[in-house]
Amino acid sequence: MIMKKKKQAAGYWQKNLQYLTGLLAVWFTCSFGFGILWVEKLNTIKMGGFKLGFWFAQQGAIYSFVIIIFIYVFLMNKLDKKFIANPPNKK
Amino acid sequence: MDIQIWTYIIVGVTFLLYIGIALRSKAGSTNEFYVAGGGVSPLANGMATAADWMSAASFISMAGLISFMGYDGAVYLMGWTGGYVLLALMLAPYLRKFGKFTVPDFIGDRYYSNIARSVGVICALIVSFTYVAGQMRGVGVVFARFLEVPVNTGVIIGMVIVFFYAVIGGMKGITYTQVAQYCVLIFAYMVPAIFISLQLTGEWLPQIGFGSRLADGSGMYLLDKLDGLHRELGFAAYTTGAKSTLDIFAITFALMVGTAGLPHVIIRFFTVPHVRDARLSAGYALIFIAVLYTTAPAIAAFARTNLIETVADTEYSAVPGWFKNWETTGLITFTDKNADGKIQYLANPARNELTIDRDIMVLANPEIARLPNWVVALVAAGGLAAALSTAAGLLLVISTSISHDLIKKQIKPDISDKGELLWARIGAGLAVIIAGYFGINPPGFVAATVALAFGLAAASFFPAIVLGIFDQRMNKEGAVAGMVTGTLLMLFYMVKFKLQGFGGGNESDWWLGISPEGFGTVAMLVNFGLSMVISRLTPPPPARVKAMVSAIRTPGD
Repeated sequence: MIMKKKKQAAGYWQKNLQYLTGLLAVWFTCSFGFGILWVEKLNTIKMGGFKLGFWFAQQGAIYSFVIIIFIYVFLMNKLDKKFIANPPNKK
Repeated sequence: MDIQIWTYIIVGVTFLLYIGIALRSKAGSTNEFYVAGGGVSPLANGMATAADWMSAASFISMAGLISFMGYDGAVYLMGWTGGYVLLALMLAPYLRKFGKFTVPDFIGDRYYSNIARSVGVICALIVSFTYVAGQMRGVGVVFARFLEVPVNTGVIIGMVIVFFYAVIGGMKGITYTQVAQYCVLIFAYMVPAIFISLQLTGEWLPQIGFGSRLADGSGMYLLDKLDGLHRELGFAAYTTGAKSTLDIFAITFALMVGTAGLPHVIIRFFTVPHVRDARLSAGYALIFIAVLYTTAPAIAAFARTNLIETVADTEYSAVPGWFKNWETTGLITFTDKNADGKIQYLANPARNELTIDRDIMVLANPEIARLPNWVVALVAAGGLAAALSTAAGLLLVISTSISHDLIKKQIKPDISDKGELLWARIGAGLAVIIAGYFGINPPGFVAATVALAFGLAAASFFPAIVLGIFDQRMNKEGAVAGMVTGTLLMLFYMVKFKLQGFGGGNESDWWLGISPEGFGTVAMLVNFGLSMVISRLTPPPPARVKAMVSAIRTPGD
């Protein structure tokens, strides 16, 4: 039983780390990538009155941060439910 | 009615509201004083966090800064929002699961040592005091401009109000006043922004107006027009930057990581009932913050356009009333160098005749756009709400550091809950007085302190907390060495380049061209690296600490 509990906890943590890595990669790309490192390349594209790189740096990155957090909330709530549906601490 | 009467009415009503809330939420135990009883809903906590987080600097100074920096202003926009992703994904849920009261609490327990705890207390105190002095000063400045009382009287009025709800209600009082303060400040920020967006572009939503065509019939995009104006006056184009890419990167990163490591933000997540609420609450907080942060760059661009069009090459005798008003405060200065009676506003310092303090852009914006007087008064109330809410959050950190981390955990462990609560109140009271003193006699290094607060939070807390959660093998030797080295390195760089100590230096001497504002990133990396190496060379943490780390990683309340 203890073995099973440990295995389940490890599974939960592994899955969590996977979500983290993926979402942090998106976080980095939308802010440091689009807004800073590749800003000049993106600035050659125009979206309405905005140069795209400038838009990411002053608007888009912030919207993406909000979306990332809510995706994480959704994924983790699902993962929590799955884990609590098979509670590791019951026999 | 004139601006002053409107200001007295609106500021008076909001202050009565804050005091009313404070009187209704008296804290009866340390649990209520420290974490508001742990029963705050994620939505309310999100709003309180947003008010806690958005300071006088965000409300008053940021749009002005961006307005003068153009693209480079993105460091603040991304830097002061991106940290919430780190908070929601890497810190808040685990610290909530840990379930104690303060950040040094976590550091002390996770690293099984009172030395680590004390290092945490010292870092929390330095960060919070440097930050709170600026808030009290902001209160004084708003009072001075809008109610024409001396700055010092303004600071004292601010102290009395904060004293009321921080000392009586603790976290409980602070939480619900912060909710009210968020509503006041966001309303005060959005109303002029919407008015000005309509005036300039015909779009009511500033975020859309920012990228729209001008409503003056020219059919030009606002940002193209602004780039053009900048070129005429000799400034770099608004939508491209002047700082190096590496420095922009470093500053943005340091601000993000610093945000995630600031104790007054972290402790807000101890007040929600469940771990899942901590994640959700960080999401709500960022939505509320994003409303202001996506409006700020729009205001910056609007204000910049309005300003240049109003003053550049205008006859000095024909300037509007707000110009003269702000001139008397010394925040706008005009010297007619070529004696032609016109204002030359140019990038070239030898020929430029106008200097404008960046802080007035938001405060003067409604007047520049000729908005009604009640809108101007509303902005004053908003600025006060932003400064007071942040000050209160910081005072709580200072108070808990003293009563909980020093007295309860180290000096007198057998103290009763009532005794500890009394100490928390004394701590809050003392902190208000010291903060007020710094507000009245601002130390010369105030300008350097915001960067310092973020740099220190990035260099000390962030690595220690993240490693404490994600690296089970991390031990006290590694964490303490990392925190101490990171903090000292950050202080050294700041003193050297901001205060000209240790031989001083200027921009050309910056290491790798990284400014003191961005150096927190380097100090943080040093902390991480050193902690990893030293922890692997010294004994692993005891089994009970490993069990604690496993426990905070598993779901549950």
